[in-house]
Amino acid sequence: MADTGLLEALLRLLEKVDGGIDSQDVAADLGVDHQLIVGAVKSLQALGEVISAEQKSSKRWELTGEGREIAEQGSHEARVFNAIPDEGLPQNELMKMPSGKVGFSKAMSNKWIRLDKAHEGGPRVFKTVETIEDTVRDKLQLVQKGLSAKLEDKEKNELKKRKLLSEVTVKSYWITKGSSFSTTITKQETELTPEMIASGSWKEKKFKPYNFEAMGVAADCGHLHPLMKVRTQFRQIFLEMGFTEMPTNNFIESSFWNFDSLFQPQQHPARDQHDTFFISDPALAHEFPQDYLERVKQVHSEGGYGSQGYKYDWKIEEAQKNLLRTHTTAVSARMLYKLAQQKFTPVKYFSIDRVFRNETLDATHLAEFHQIEGVVADYGLTLGNLMGILHQFFTKLGLKKWVEVGNSGVFRPEMLLPMGLPEGVSVIAWGLSLERPTMIKYGINNIRELVGHKVNLQMVYDSPICRLDS
Amino acid sequence: MPTVSVKRDLLFEALGQKYTDEEFDELCFEFGLELDEITSEKEILIREQGGEKAEGASDVVLYKIDVPANRYDLLCLEGLVRGLQVFKEKLEAPRYKRVSPADGGEPQRLVITEETASVRPHAVAAVLRNITFTQERYESFIELQEKLHQNICRKRTLVAIGTHDLDTISGPFTYTAKPPGEIRFKPLSQSREYTAAELMSLYKTDSHLRHYLHIIENEPLYPIIYDSNGIVLSMPPIINGDHSKISLNTKNIFIECTATDLTKAKITLDMVVTMFSVYCDEPFTVEEAEVVYPDGRLSVYPELAYRTETLSGDFINKRVGINESAESIAQLLTRMCLRSEVSGEGDLIQVEIPPTRADVIHACDIMEDAAIAYGFNNIVRSTPRTYTVANQLPVNKLTELLRQDLTAAGFTEALTFALCSEEDIADKLRKNITETRAVHISNPKTADFQVARTSLLPGLLKTIAANRKMPLPLKLFEISDVVLKDETKDVGARNNRRLCAVYYNKSPGFEVIHGLLDRVMQLLDVKPGRNQGYHIQAAEDSTFFPGRCAEIFSCGKSIGHLGVLHPDVISRFELTMPCSAIDIDIEPFL
Repeated sequence: MADTGLLEALLRLLEKVDGGIDSQDVAADLGVDHQLIVGAVKSLQALGEVISAEQKSSKRWELTGEGREIAEQGSHEARVFNAIPDEGLPQNELMKMPSGKVGFSKAMSNKWIRLDKAHEGGPRVFKTVETIEDTVRDKLQLVQKGLSAKLEDKEKNELKKRKLLSEVTVKSYWITKGSSFSTTITKQETELTPEMIASGSWKEKKFKPYNFEAMGVAADCGHLHPLMKVRTQFRQIFLEMGFTEMPTNNFIESSFWNFDSLFQPQQHPARDQHDTFFISDPALAHEFPQDYLERVKQVHSEGGYGSQGYKYDWKIEEAQKNLLRTHTTAVSARMLYKLAQQKFTPVKYFSIDRVFRNETLDATHLAEFHQIEGVVADYGLTLGNLMGILHQFFTKLGLKKWVEVGNSGVFRPEMLLPMGLPEGVSVIAWGLSLERPTMIKYGINNIRELVGHKVNLQMVYDSPICRLDS
Repeated sequence: MPTVSVKRDLLFEALGQKYTDEEFDELCFEFGLELDEITSEKEILIREQGGEKAEGASDVVLYKIDVPANRYDLLCLEGLVRGLQVFKEKLEAPRYKRVSPADGGEPQRLVITEETASVRPHAVAAVLRNITFTQERYESFIELQEKLHQNICRKRTLVAIGTHDLDTISGPFTYTAKPPGEIRFKPLSQSREYTAAELMSLYKTDSHLRHYLHIIENEPLYPIIYDSNGIVLSMPPIINGDHSKISLNTKNIFIECTATDLTKAKITLDMVVTMFSVYCDEPFTVEEAEVVYPDGRLSVYPELAYRTETLSGDFINKRVGINESAESIAQLLTRMCLRSEVSGEGDLIQVEIPPTRADVIHACDIMEDAAIAYGFNNIVRSTPRTYTVANQLPVNKLTELLRQDLTAAGFTEALTFALCSEEDIADKLRKNITETRAVHISNPKTADFQVARTSLLPGLLKTIAANRKMPLPLKLFEISDVVLKDETKDVGARNNRRLCAVYYNKSPGFEVIHGLLDRVMQLLDVKPGRNQGYHIQAAEDSTFFPGRCAEIFSCGKSIGHLGVLHPDVISRFELTMPCSAIDIDIEPFL
């Protein structure tokens, strides 16, 4: 806060004028540095509508250091002239003067002095006129008085060339009275303090207005990753619909559970090295439910359970190969097999976890992504039921079009019956990726900006909460 | 899903009706297909190679139609048109017939020798008599073979098709296998003879054929088919001989399919002959051929087998969720090329599966076709009555709860890859790869996918490295799975849920990470203490700075480490500031 005296002096000045005043003039009037006036203007502005001030800039001529010296002591040439007595002065003595050199040649060209080179005792300088008019000094004094407008541009430029004048840009405020103008100042408090509350003094105080345009201080907190926020919402939806979470914490799977148990033939292209990550260590799975494995082998190679089968030579070596699971359906198969080993009760299962594909990477495909999967097993489920439950699920997501981002279907009897599930039980299932809807939700085009270490943490910090239905 | 490209005008001519694009799209949808794109050769060229290359290219409108992966009967114009006409009840599905040679002569015979056993042991054959090709039919014939090769034939590994002008060769034919040096013939589109060995190097640079070389390349014997005069018909699965090549004027075609999978060979042969017998003088008849196996067994092909399944209308109604009469269901199935009749006993339906529908292997496939013909959009949605109580997986429930509170503690969640390089989990952490218990991937395309991670730390450090311009301190965490070898599991490996957090700043901030441990333990309701509580004690771990690492014990069991990272670890992850970290197993807290 600037000194209250100065503020009030400024306000008194302003009171006297119609219209407004320039802060530079105020500084001149009050005889203080302009910067102090600027401070005063800002302090007054902070008080509300006491004054209004508009910043402006103008050009102004100002004396240089040398120019100020000349305005005071006269031009170099005048000083040389004044130093010479009627009987003249030896040139070498004159040259010793501070203004000697410049003043001598200027006074010579002004024909104020003459040089007698042949004088006995060395060259001697004499006045040639009685009096002189020091116009340079006069002009500079005019500028000093703020009357530079009386000089012609040509004159000013010549003085500028002699480095006696310079043109400067002056920033100043145009100050006018505000809507609550007054010449007295009430000091405003910035914040409410415990003392004010204790003493009740807040009742008499005026408080400085807040700047509601400014941003607040960033909250000191951690942030959840947006993909994980969406995962939480999908879990929530499944839980709301009564689905139990499957144990998908096993990335390494055997080909048997990942493919064979799902009635996926051993020559299927998905089982190519090009599409699936196989494991070199530990290369093979070593334990299977033996009688179930025999039934899987049979349904592939010979058929049965009402199926023609694929009629090919099914090999255990192919089934043993370990891999990074290509879908969470491998876990669904394990769960349905487990279910079939007990007295059947209807189930609804879900999972959201990582799956892996050895495929070509691009802006929307990574080697790993999260698969969302839902499974319902019960007697007498129909395609109408599948469509009904999908409709409910996607309605909870808030976007009916999202059906297009997923897959759905009814598991084949060749998969279910060898597990030992009862004949009349149908299993419907659907799946989609977690990344795709998240990219749509958060408007991200490149999956690397969402998943993996190249993520921009600012994006993580800034991402809103996830409400799928809004 | 294979995409079949057909000329629109040709398609409409064959269908005997013109459609707007929208109408045809709708028809495809009803039939279970998808009109994927409407384009032209010119448009495709402009898109793929730029405007200059496309100059003069055809702008005949092409429909690109997505066909379900196992519907091999829809992979060519002929099949599509037949399927759609039957669906629209404009045509009755043809009956395909295998016939003996018209002149009462001997059927063509293909003799398989035992040498083929080691490389490609199966073969089937058939003859199309008196066929009439046009330019379009000929192109479609070639295109169908290519489509079959790419799909059911699994890029020729399972089955390879060879088609020959029968009038240029004379049976009986011999299918044998020989050392590559002993095979010599003039292949298709070449002007001179080559040995098989020369051909393999010639085709190394052939953009099309080079993809098939690996199938036999390392075999001591290559498959080869000769006619009775020693003329080479083909060297499957690579190339046919030039001598027997078919042309627009070919009247009689000998078709052979060699295979490692006999079932697929039979289906492939059935597809070729059922689709193109339409152009024979006597449409939909196929002349049989005999195949003699090394053990003297004789088989007659093509099989063109029809099979009947009996199922009830009730079964279809209950599985689809509709309520139609048996007659109406039989009609729906007939429209899908599955000729069906109500047998008169109750609501039983006799469904005949033709040789073109090899994809129908179970009653559930018939049910699906009934649903397609009924129209998926006409099925009433209904909610299953299945009553269940939901449960969360305990480890995921714990993870969800901890994540929330770690962010409340000021740490931000990272999400890093489960796969990484060996270097990430070993060298960069100053560990030996053999002590990591890491699971190794056999076929990674790049070093980024060599192993499954055994620690969450590398991912977090790489996340910091990618965010060095962010204001300090950086406080990150992740709760996720690592993978470790474990002999006690059926697959020899298991996941382990871990919590890892790092603090990256101008000073190491051990106290911050230590404070986080205290907070996590507080959340897990474990008090500080030696026995039933948790404590830390000085430990040496090569990842950490000597004297700045402690092991964490909970209830007397080691659960992880915390400390200031070793400067070499920091620089190996391209970081410049001190960093402290905590890494614990959260499964003991379940």
